[in-house]
Amino acid sequence: MIKKIQRSTWIYLAVAFLLVLLPFFKDERWFLFLMIQVFTFGIFAMSYDLLLGYTGIISFGHAMFFGIGAYSVGIILDRMEASYTSLLIGILVAALLGGLVSFIAGILTLKLKNHFYAMLTLALASMFLFIAEKWRSVTHGSDGFTFRLPELPGPLEDHRNITIYMFCLVMMVLIFFGLRRLTESPLGKILVAIRENEGRVESLGFRIMPYKVIISVISGVVASFAGVLYAISIRFVGTNVFAIDVTLDALLMTIIGGVGTLVGPIIGAGIIEFAHHYLSSLADVHWIFERWIILFGIVYILAVIFFPAGIVGTIKAKLHKRKHRKIEAKQQNADKMAS
Amino acid sequence: MESIIETENLSVSFGGHIAVNGVTVEIVKNQFTSIIGPNGAGKTTFFNLLSGQLSPTEGKVLYKGKDITRKSTIERSRMGIGRSFQITNVFPNITVLENVRLAIQSRENVRFQMFRHFTHYKAFKEEAINILDTVLLKDRMDSLAVNLSHGEKRKLEIAMLLALNTELLLLDEPTAGMSLEEVPAILDVIQNIKEDENRTVVLIEHKMEMVLDLSDEIIVLYNGELLAQGNPQEIMENETVQTAYIGGSQNGEHTSEVGTN
Repeated sequence: MIKKIQRSTWIYLAVAFLLVLLPFFKDERWFLFLMIQVFTFGIFAMSYDLLLGYTGIISFGHAMFFGIGAYSVGIILDRMEASYTSLLIGILVAALLGGLVSFIAGILTLKLKNHFYAMLTLALASMFLFIAEKWRSVTHGSDGFTFRLPELPGPLEDHRNITIYMFCLVMMVLIFFGLRRLTESPLGKILVAIRENEGRVESLGFRIMPYKVIISVISGVVASFAGVLYAISIRFVGTNVFAIDVTLDALLMTIIGGVGTLVGPIIGAGIIEFAHHYLSSLADVHWIFERWIILFGIVYILAVIFFPAGIVGTIKAKLHKRKHRKIEAKQQNADKMAS
Repeated sequence: MESIIETENLSVSFGGHIAVNGVTVEIVKNQFTSIIGPNGAGKTTFFNLLSGQLSPTEGKVLYKGKDITRKSTIERSRMGIGRSFQITNVFPNITVLENVRLAIQSRENVRFQMFRHFTHYKAFKEEAINILDTVLLKDRMDSLAVNLSHGEKRKLEIAMLLALNTELLLLDEPTAGMSLEEVPAILDVIQNIKEDENRTVVLIEHKMEMVLDLSDEIIVLYNGELLAQGNPQEIMENETVQTAYIGGSQNGEHTSEVGTN
């Protein structure tokens, strides 16, 4: 077991290392930007998977945390001077607000059936979108606003995009390993048990509510941080961060990549972001490609029908089966030898 | 003799149907008590009242002299009441080993640890494997619980209950739906639990031989009411039981589909 964990950790680290090297071979602006999007949405989708994949909680308004993060850091950098202190304050405010809102949403609805959480988050997300549109003096309404980032030290300033790329990559890797530890901790195991059979968890003597609230808060904080990175990478915040599309993207990334696996949402983010990019550029060929959301809708339906465990989930199941077959074969051999 | 759990005039009704009606019993500590009765007699409902899955409409449940009528399942579980379910109730998409490990984790009170890897608690895994070995499920420990046969799921239920190591064990038809070859193994497990001096077992069972063989005390329920309580000898000789239950069980079989079991 421990060996297996170590092996997968090495694989992940090797992939991360390759991603570190990548910009030295391909440093076009659009490509770096696309990869940064993959990293930020990878983080965001992981946070979504904590709820959906690990605990079985459905959220229809996850974009709200993303938006809270983006607006917090944007507004603070816009209002205060563009210094590292402001950036840090922005990140802290984002984390606090994200945590607070998810705590409130959790306390209010997680005692009830799951769809109440889905509905409340949807309503709250719409409310935040409304605030972002109407509170023009702070949010600049639906035009959004650009803001300045603090200057990077020395030569890094000349390679700003690569620096942001590296920062987002490192953050994604750290969050990935952090969340992996969380999901493989005793607490993480209880979350999965809650997803599987709430009533049984109770008869084992665990209270459900605290776990749901804890994971809701962690998910909210992580999603909010993804929003921070997104805003930093494009140096702009607009109301689109609160849009339902953002939640749908996270849902799609998680489902295509593999529900209940952390690496799945990252792979899903990669697929969706690159598909976005290439499909939109096919718009000249046929207008349908501009309406990529239609295509994704079809992909989504097909994935749910034929590929419900997602990419990573399917691979894992195959590996598990193979391992089992090997064990059984060994046992049969041993039985034969014995007889 | 000291009682561990007792009920006073316990009743519950669903709409107009009275499933358990004014049952007053005392279950003695460290004894093996069986509850028998035809299908629909209210046995499982009575269990649900003891373990907290249901609240009574009337009456009281006392655990070690304390009124626990309004306590939740979680509180009762923490006080030392564990139960297995007649309808198999496990965590389907996780491994058999993990199912048992979770029960041990609960018993050992590891609830909010989120920084350590779960394999840090090596003893949990070892104990889980041992328990699975006793219920003859060790070779299936890496399978997902959903892939187990019905009989194997029953064994897993018992394994989880053993893992909780509760003082009072409520076993709801542990051998129901098992193949004939599997029953003796489970009987052995139950026999072992019985021999543990600090455990009290309450068993719901249809197999009369098994009941007579294991029980110190038998409670007979009929139509939600307490018909008789006594040692196996007394119950076998009890005329009311013979006419009502043994005669009635045949009638009971026919109405079993609409029963509360």
